Amino acid sequence: MSRYFTEDHEWVDVDGDTGTVGISDYAQGQLGDIVFVDVPEAGKQLGKGDEAAVVESVKAASDVYAPVSGTVTEGNAALADDPSLVNSDPEAEGWFFKITLSDPAELETLMDEAAYADFVAKL
Amino acid sequence: MSINQSGWRPQMTAGDGKPAAPTATGNKALMLEEALIFEIGDTQTTGVDFTGIDAAAPASRLGGLARKAAIGLPGLAEPEAVRHYTRLSRQNYAIDLGLFPLGSCTMKHNPRLNEKMARLPGFADVHPLQPVDTVQGALEVIHQLAHWLVTLTGMTSVAMSPKAGAHGELCGILAIKAALEARGEGHRKIVLVPESAHGTNPATAAFAGFAVEDIPATADGRVDTAALIARLGPDVAGVMITNPNTCGLFERDLKTISDAVHDAGGYVYCDGANFNAIVGRVRPGDLGVDAMHINLHKTFSTPHGGGGPGSGPVVFSEALTPFAPLPFVEKQGEQFVLIEEENAGEHHAGSFGRMVAFHGQMGMFTRALTYILSHGADGLRQVAEDAVLNANYVLRSLEGTLDAPFAKAGPCMHEAIFSDANLAEGFSTLDVAKGLIDEGFHPMTVYFPLVVHGAMLVEPTETESKAALDQFVGALRSVAERAKAGDASLKTAPHFAPRARLDETQAARKPVLVWKDAPLAQAAE
Repeated sequence: MSRYFTEDHEWVDVDGDTGTVGISDYAQGQLGDIVFVDVPEAGKQLGKGDEAAVVESVKAASDVYAPVSGTVTEGNAALADDPSLVNSDPEAEGWFFKITLSDPAELETLMDEAAYADFVAKL
Repeated sequence: MSINQSGWRPQMTAGDGKPAAPTATGNKALMLEEALIFEIGDTQTTGVDFTGIDAAAPASRLGGLARKAAIGLPGLAEPEAVRHYTRLSRQNYAIDLGLFPLGSCTMKHNPRLNEKMARLPGFADVHPLQPVDTVQGALEVIHQLAHWLVTLTGMTSVAMSPKAGAHGELCGILAIKAALEARGEGHRKIVLVPESAHGTNPATAAFAGFAVEDIPATADGRVDTAALIARLGPDVAGVMITNPNTCGLFERDLKTISDAVHDAGGYVYCDGANFNAIVGRVRPGDLGVDAMHINLHKTFSTPHGGGGPGSGPVVFSEALTPFAPLPFVEKQGEQFVLIEEENAGEHHAGSFGRMVAFHGQMGMFTRALTYILSHGADGLRQVAEDAVLNANYVLRSLEGTLDAPFAKAGPCMHEAIFSDANLAEGFSTLDVAKGLIDEGFHPMTVYFPLVVHGAMLVEPTETESKAALDQFVGALRSVAERAKAGDASLKTAPHFAPRARLDETQAARKPVLVWKDAPLAQAAE
């Protein structure tokens, strides 16, 4: 399994043709306390870069974009009851949705962990 | 002689008289601690006497939909109701109490002459269904105001009926949609919106059925003209651009952008929220704008919230005028006539429809026209000049204290923007805003626009004197210095407000939306 990042601070873990998507620790730190998360429902078709989810902090609402194209298989229901999971464990328990990749070649346009760390360091 | 026997002499000495405990009531002298209306009212009390009404009332036609149980709303006698809301209002902050530096909101003084005119019965008490020959004066006000708005913006026509800025945006975008469909290009589905746009811009485009694409900003806080022009094409319906923009900067390339958009077959919507910075100096029509809303409550001093809806008239270019919504007022001979569906005739056949049932917000029209006529053309130009002068005074007074990302590039327009770059580690824009409350000011706009980190957006408006600006600058400088020095007391500010800092996270995650009296609430837990 390998992890990729976008410049919009989403991460995607890829295992075969299944991806798990969330937002990075850097992103949750910038957003502040998360108070609401709207995740996509299973069956939703997403293109790379489409608005996939909404995350609301005390300050503002932000869109979360699909890092890859595909079909959503599951939204993280736990976030509805406890959106603070995105703050406490953004890159594991605080995942947003799972997606079946339709074009794995898109992963080549994303950053690996080291490249993302460099990207964030320059912000 | 008659003698007052009170015999009172001042007897205070320094250090005397500090209370050992808070007051028994919780009140602080004339600042009253107010309970919720559910706690002071009861279901047995009412301010109105309805005795006998039931017997005289016709039979209910609600059938099975009639309410079956009492709803338990608290009642108060009239004086108690008046006091309750007056006490609450004293815990609020208002433009009539002091400087209100909310950037992007233009909290300027509402002249009392506007109010006097709006209350004249010929304007205040008319009904939208009255015969037009009984409301000629009211129609003349609408007609005159429309003439001023068209003239000041250098446009061709104006729709007076939209009820607010965002409603005006929708009106403009619907006109663009109608124009595209009329020439068989309804397939143009992309609206380009700069990163620094008001949030209502992308929301409007999406609501009207368009897909929104962001255009990045340049390092100097303006639209990336090259990126915008590069994106134009046969799928682009138009652009929505704010000028001056939300960084308080004039979009110098707007004419170039408009020409390119028109060449590519699209239209230019301008968000006119910041027209107050350029009124009398720049005509958006000369910059190639096709549609622009005007917030009467920003540029033309009508109240924010004025006893009903607001008003956001939309001016149109020649290209979009055939698609403008009904109704509008025309002068035919000596008569003012309302142009509506039945008398619109062939030359208005392209109108996309209506935005509202009636003719717009008369109270706002009267106030705005009063403001315009009391300033005149030269006075309106000075409004823009003074708004810009005041914002630059704030910018230059504070650029040595707070980071001002665009200050080196030149003057700002009507608002000054600062970032959180040089606050101490762990201190945020929010702490500065909360500290400012303790100093007796409403905070500035914070965390907007998104293109500046921890943005603090200050718009003083033209109505503040130098003395008022100096007081505000002094207060903000003092709070900012504390945030730079890491003063821990700022993290829990405000300390002197009716309520200290609230837990906004908890309030959003676990909001308590239904009041229960204390024993019930405890039992529920």
